[in-house]
Amino acid sequence: MISKNNQTLLNVQNLHANTQDTEILKGINLTVNHGEIHAIMGLNGSGKSTFAKVLAGHPDYIVTQGNIQFEQQDLLALPPEERAQAGVFLAFQYPIEIPGVANSQFLRLAYNTVQSKRGNDELDPLEFDDFVREKMKLLEMNPDFLDRSVNEGFSGGEKKRNEILQMALLEPKLGILDETDSGLDIDALKIVAKGVNHLRNEQNAIILITHYQRLLDHIVPDYVHVMEAGRIIKTGGKELALELEKHGYDWLHNDQQKNAGVSV
Amino acid sequence: MSAVLQNLVNQPYKHGFVTEIESEIAPKGLNEETIRLISEKKNEPEWLLDFRLKAYQKWLTMSEPNWQNVHYSKIDFQSISYYAAPKPKKKLASMDEVDPELLRTFEKLGVPMHERAALAGVAVDVVFDSVSVATTYKEKLAEVGIIFCSISEAVQKHPELVKQYLGTVVPVGDNFFAALNSAVFTDGSFCYIPKGVKCPMDLSTYFRINTEGSGQFERTLVIAEEGASVSYLEGCTAPQFDTNQLHAAVVELIAMDNADIKYSTVQNWYAGDENGIGGIYNFVTKRGLAKGVNSRISWTQVETGSAITWKYPSCILRGDNSVGEFYSVALTNNLQQADTGTKMIHIGKNTRSTIISKGISAGKSNSSYRGLVRITPNAQNARNFSQCDSMLVGDQCGAHTFPYIQVHNNSAKVEHEASTSKIGEDQLFYFAQRGIDSEEAVSMIVNGFCKEVFQQLPMEFAVEATKLLSFKLEGSVG
Ligand SMILES: Nc1ncnc2c1ncn2[C@@H]1O[C@H](COP(=O)(O)OP(=O)(O)O)[C@@H](O)[C@H]1O
Ligand SMILES: [Mg+2]
Repeated sequence: MISKNNQTLLNVQNLHANTQDTEILKGINLTVNHGEIHAIMGLNGSGKSTFAKVLAGHPDYIVTQGNIQFEQQDLLALPPEERAQAGVFLAFQYPIEIPGVANSQFLRLAYNTVQSKRGNDELDPLEFDDFVREKMKLLEMNPDFLDRSVNEGFSGGEKKRNEILQMALLEPKLGILDETDSGLDIDALKIVAKGVNHLRNEQNAIILITHYQRLLDHIVPDYVHVMEAGRIIKTGGKELALELEKHGYDWLHNDQQKNAGVSV
Repeated sequence: MSAVLQNLVNQPYKHGFVTEIESEIAPKGLNEETIRLISEKKNEPEWLLDFRLKAYQKWLTMSEPNWQNVHYSKIDFQSISYYAAPKPKKKLASMDEVDPELLRTFEKLGVPMHERAALAGVAVDVVFDSVSVATTYKEKLAEVGIIFCSISEAVQKHPELVKQYLGTVVPVGDNFFAALNSAVFTDGSFCYIPKGVKCPMDLSTYFRINTEGSGQFERTLVIAEEGASVSYLEGCTAPQFDTNQLHAAVVELIAMDNADIKYSTVQNWYAGDENGIGGIYNFVTKRGLAKGVNSRISWTQVETGSAITWKYPSCILRGDNSVGEFYSVALTNNLQQADTGTKMIHIGKNTRSTIISKGISAGKSNSSYRGLVRITPNAQNARNFSQCDSMLVGDQCGAHTFPYIQVHNNSAKVEHEASTSKIGEDQLFYFAQRGIDSEEAVSMIVNGFCKEVFQQLPMEFAVEATKLLSFKLEGSVG
């Protein structure tokens, strides 16, 4: 658990968020440094996806307290598209379908928008086609995906791969993967994990939201956090995930009582 | 639904200005005298005056239709001026002689006419406030025997053709607004493609309503003789006024054996402000007669303007094996209302029709698709496919579909598909998460939704239509 790069990428302090007058996030603290991989685990309904969406700026949620620092920027002050341009990427748990919009067109617009905001050159359709096909090879995706509408009629696994493809194109500083492993068979899981590992470097960081150890066998986290009722109730190293797998989340409550102190 | 999807299309109308060209305006009101005045001004033959008077008599016996799903205050037909003509300074031999004021108007509209005509190889018959001001490329078309001119000119130079076909597809008493048009139409376009001729370029007409308070009664007649084919483009914009303006055009298309007529429209008239003040009433009768065997009539329309749109470009499939097509995008926002669709009347054997209708509603607007497919008893093996998709932007707008299917022959195959979708907040968030702002997202979703229709448009128009929709939806999401 040695920090590979001491500069902080993301610093979340006492984050509270509501939706429809119900408080869902109840004081989250989390620091992510460049080069790190953090896993967030926890039961369904504990607020993992909400946390991910609040980081990305989903309009359904209102932040009532706390702040989020992303490198030098106040993330909460940015609209969602600027957060994405700044390097926050969310691979959705349930990627939405966009009928009528060709995947290739969507991917190119996203790529070019982000590139131009970052002061880089845009690619014309032919250049982009070469570029995206190269990335698709990494994820062993059929090029047919380019001609289909965004996520429309994709299987669960295909949608997840399409998310990782977008991550590969947009090269975020912070990749948040919300249950990207759910619904993937073991072969697909390995391919996705390979893709994610390929993308990681000392300049970026990844937050993996998952229920399963099997993903963490392939993408090894530096930290494992457990969420419950809108808070991170326990943080540990990669071995924490193994313990949870063995004993379940109830064990944590007993364990927590025994150890009393919980790192954050 | 949060604020993200509120605030539809509150763009000020870009084309809102009045061009100062001297106009000659008839006194307001409609009576036999007005009609005689129009006919005399235009130096028309007796038979045309009779045509007008007959239509007027019909009109007097008719009442305004009220079955359509639109609401508007009663039109006072006596407060409309039925004739307005710009006074040309002198006879125009070339584009250079066109009133510079008019050219500036086109400039403001983003229609650089020379360029359009010269570069794109499009012949532009400019209808400006009911009277043709300039016609280009006439010689080139004349070489292959094509007649493309204002209908007034056609009445003078080719009276036998006009007399033979005028009112044969849309009879004078067809409906209230068609009768009105037949009585008072001032100008429009005439196009005749002789036997076996494939028109070498798209024919294009830009309509523009200019004089405040003057109704517009355009009349268009397109005839494709045996084996002929033509692609005809009509585009419209109008300046901003507070008084509603009535537009009641009639378009008649006639396709003989093996002839093919493709008629495309991009309509962007003033829709009124966000409170629904001003705006054009667009009550149009468009009908094509696929008269000959293997003939084809294809309508493509992109309707984005007008306070109220009421139009049903239709096909009468009389010839055996004839084909009718209707591709439509209708976008409404703010308080706009549109009731549009088509009629496919299958009479001949093995006739086929396709209907693709895409309705986009935003703001507090309402849009209805109304389509009739009628298979008459003799129409052996007729086939129709209809697809009507509606898309809602925000949650204060409405979309309605009224398909009427009348099958009187058992061999017919009629398919109807319909869908309604919504641009949802989660879709917009998905785009945003990939760095794309909501305006671009909406424009991409909407253009994707309309793809099948845009593909039918000639290249130039397709680009224009895509831009137009994006422009119309600017500010539609906050
Ligand atoms: N948009 C929303 N409206 C109402 N309740 C929500 C909404 N989003 C999340 N919640 C509620 O917040 C809690 C946390 O949900 P979520 O973040 O999806 O949990 P997890 O991803 O850990 O399964 C759940 O009780 C869920 O019902
Ligand atoms: Mg979740």
